[in-house]
This record gives sequence, C-alpha cells and structure tokens, in this order.
Amino acid sequence: MSEALLDVRLSVNGVVHDLRLPARRLLSDALRHDLGLTGTHVGCEHGVCGACTVLADGRAVRACLMFAVSAVGLELTTVEGLADGDGTLSNVQQAFVECHGLQCGFCTPGFLTTITAGLRENPHPTHEEARDMIAGNLCRCTGYQNIVKAVERAAELGSHERAEGS
Amino acid sequence: MKPAPFDYVRPGSLADALAALSDDPGAKVLAGGQSLVPLLSMRLAAPSTLVDINGLPGLDGVEVTDDGVRVGALARHADVLAHDEAARVQPLLRLALSHVAHPTIRNRGTTVGSIVHADAAAEMPVVLTLLGGSVEVAGPSGTRTVPADELYVGPLESSLAHDEIATSAFFPALAPGARVAFAEIARRHGDYALVGAAALVEGGTVRVGYVSVNDVPVVVDLTGVPVEQMADAALAQLEPAGDIHATADYRAQLVRVLTERVVREATADE
Repeated sequence: MSEALLDVRLSVNGVVHDLRLPARRLLSDALRHDLGLTGTHVGCEHGVCGACTVLADGRAVRACLMFAVSAVGLELTTVEGLADGDGTLSNVQQAFVECHGLQCGFCTPGFLTTITAGLRENPHPTHEEARDMIAGNLCRCTGYQNIVKAVERAAELGSHERAEGS
Repeated sequence: MKPAPFDYVRPGSLADALAALSDDPGAKVLAGGQSLVPLLSMRLAAPSTLVDINGLPGLDGVEVTDDGVRVGALARHADVLAHDEAARVQPLLRLALSHVAHPTIRNRGTTVGSIVHADAAAEMPVVLTLLGGSVEVAGPSGTRTVPADELYVGPLESSLAHDEIATSAFFPALAPGARVAFAEIARRHGDYALVGAAALVEGGTVRVGYVSVNDVPVVVDLTGVPVEQMADAALAQLEPAGDIHATADYRAQLVRVLTERVVREATADE
C-alpha cells in the first residue's frame, strides 16, 4: 500500500505553495526536494550542525527537526529569501563577503539565517554575544573567527543603515 | 535518516487530541519535536500515529502569579527564558533554561515537552523536581495534577499514561529569602551536560538536584551537612554512570565540583 499523502500549504519567502506530502517529510526535505529551494543544506539531519536553519515567523529553527506538515501556518524564510528582490545582499550576507566568513560554503545558509534572526533580537551584540549567537552552528572550514567578525560587521552595517534612515 | 511512515493528525481541540491518542495505542504526542524528531529520524522510535498538538488553542501561555509560574504545553523554551516576570518570581527558570541546548532549539522545543520526555540529561525535569513543581495532565477521564516527585519512574519514562497529555507545568515561586544557583559542565556549549547541578537554599534547608548523574532526575537533601562534606554526602545517594561522554569516576568528580560550586553560590553573601 502506498503511503498516504496530505495537503500541505507552505508559505516560503512570501510565496504560497500547495503540496501533497507524506506526513514524515522533513521540512528540510520539503524545501529542497519538493520546492527546489536547495539553499537550505542538510548536514547532520538530527539537529546538531545547524546547516538547515530557516526562519519560522522570524525565529531561527532547525528544518530537519520539523515535519513539513507541522509548518503549516508559519511564515518561512530560507536563505533564498534573505537578499532583496533585485539581488542586493542583506547586511549579513554583505558582511560575510567583506569578512571572508565562508570557505566551502556548506554551513553558510544556516549561519546567515541564524545571524539574521539573532541580530533582529540583539542588534548590538558584544563580542561574547556574537560568539554565543553562532554557537549552535558548526563550520569545519573557517575556524569561526571570520564568522564572528561577520556578525559584528553585519551589526555595524545594520546600525549604519538605521542611522541614515532616521 | 528518515522516519518510518506514520499517520498524522493535527487536532483543533484537546478533546480531539485525547480521542486520537485513545484510538491508537502506538500514538505519540508531537509538540516541539526537538527530542522526538531525531529519535524518529534515527528510527529509535516509530510511533504509528503522531498527534501534533501545535494547533491546540490556549496552551502557549506563560502565566505568572505570586505563587509561581505556569508554563503551557506549547510555550517554547525561548518564551519562558525571555519572560522577565517569570524570571523574577522563580529565578532558577532563567538560570537553567539558558543551558538548554542552543537558541535555535529553544525557539521550537517546549519546556513541558522536555519535562515529560523525562530525560535525566535534561535540565528542566531536575528544576521541576527540585522546586517541588507539578504537571497538569489531561486524560480520557478528566484532569489530574502529578507532583514532580511522582513523575519520573525510569529512564525516559514518566508516569503519564499513553492516552494522557501534559497541558502545563507549574514551577512554585522562590520563597522570600530563599536562594537558587545552577551550573553545569558540558564538553561544548549547548551540548547535553556531562553533569549539571541546581541548588535551592530555603530556610534552613539545602537541596541539590543533579542533571545527567542518575538515570532519572534526582534531588538530594544536604541540610545540615558542612559544605566541604556535601559532595561526599551527595555521592552516597547518587549513582553516577559511565558512558561514551564521561566515565563514572569523572562524573563523580564533576558532582564534587558542582555541588560545592552551586551551594557556595546560593549561600554566598549578597
């Protein structure tokens, strides 16, 4: 007998998608396989590495620790949704470029989403808070130093933007 | 690393959720899923039905009174951690919650879910036990209140029946003049603690709860014991076990270090 499929409506980066999915489809797999949003990376698939981190109603969550059916009603943002429509990088993305915050790039989507949510909650982190902000994400290339710098640079860019806007 | 197939229901009322649990003896409740989903993905658990309670109304609150803090079954760790009034009425909540995994996990994981998951390596079951809190449980024949000291019966096993749902947990307020402290040692920040300890000093009593020492959450009464002898007195009542993370001897050593650390902190001059 084939597995039952459920109607699942996901709102991702402002676009509504209607899918037919088995209940056991992880949100990370629904994003990648069913929606083709392969920017969300799957590393450990049990909540340790942070590569699959997406935003649900603005809060960072592990896409591999949620079922897609459970994400109904949540406004999801993946790494594809961070830049502006015209491709202008977000402050966090720009900071990663400037600070060389990535090497192979596998972990980067999870860092970008985590830091985006983290800076909304705490726009002016201390050095210690910047380190703490990324403590739940693993990177095997960089040694983290440049990622911490990128957090601090993104905070700078963010406050600069606000200063101009005010 | 994909879960085995299961049926899925997302009831809109507590009554429907309880009915769904009664219908299938192999059903499990899904709240935050931060412990359950990895177990499913690694196929260490394979429930035939998941009853997703995330659609139930009225369970996401954190209510604070002078008596204590009531945490609803859908309140996320992050909600409780950020709640200033809750931290004022019972400071141990914030002290312990800041050690629960990482912010990303705390954004989704629920405090009540962690409590009924009954993992002795988790912080909040020990906090509830140390504070003498309780869990409100709904079942087919009504609701009941389960005191924390009747909640834990074995490793990853609570006294809740299969067809019951924990709807809230109650953490009593810190009494006037009472003090608390929390410390844990983990290999990496955000990991499960190798050992954690929470102290409650109230009136003349000194009690310490331990994370990741016995196979259930455990609290030891150290009232009247001189501080320098407390660790030995505690170890006489504990059974530190060895695993791939730490040997039994190392855990015992951490009990010594942390017992003294939390008791001294909770009794230090302010």
